[in-house]
Amino acid sequence: MACFLVSAAEAAVVKVVESVEEKKEQQALENGSENVSANVIPWSVRLRWLFNMLMGGAVLLAFEHVWHGEVTPWFPFLTAMSDPGDAAEMFHEMATVGVCMALLITAAWGVMCVAANAIVKRPEAAPQETKD
Amino acid sequence: MTLLITVFAAVISTVIWYNRKDDDMRLGILLFMFWGASLMWLVDAIFEYAELGAEYFTPALEDIINDAFLGLSVVALGLVIWVVRLLIADPKGKVRSILKKTAV
Repeated sequence: MACFLVSAAEAAVVKVVESVEEKKEQQALENGSENVSANVIPWSVRLRWLFNMLMGGAVLLAFEHVWHGEVTPWFPFLTAMSDPGDAAEMFHEMATVGVCMALLITAAWGVMCVAANAIVKRPEAAPQETKD
Repeated sequence: MTLLITVFAAVISTVIWYNRKDDDMRLGILLFMFWGASLMWLVDAIFEYAELGAEYFTPALEDIINDAFLGLSVVALGLVIWVVRLLIADPKGKVRSILKKTAV
């Protein structure tokens, strides 16, 4: 009904944090801070991955909701909002399905960040020969 | 069906991104968008499965066709968003040079 709104809201928060983090990193670079390590993926980049996943998913799911007639271009935009019973069902869906969607994407992003850091820190191997 | 089509789009865009020759095509946006949507539809599918049980795997033909049509439309929308962002960002400067030529 409107489960994509949870991810969209998280994406908005992530975008704000990303902007703040980017400014901090630029200041650190300008000041020549020793905390800036060459072999670590900056937080602003990692947060951009999360934002792209959350917002991209939310936009495509919003399209699905338009397809099914659950989102309209006129007020109140969500068809469920015109009936109190439907609105309660919508909020329940946002609290269950919507929150699970946002949590799964955040968890996948967490795993991705750990894997990406491990890959960056891995010593460069010589190109492998194919055996067959 | 929508989930399946989006997962295929995500995997294909990831493979293309991995084999890219340069970063100029901004493929990262495309694959993050498709992976994000895939994960969200996976959650949707899990909840639907919990509600319907085995019936979830035997949808009516009409539903399959509608979902496939939706899935393809979603992929098309994703590609359009990516192409618009690519043209606006114009990393190779091609749009700018064409516009400068046409400008009086």
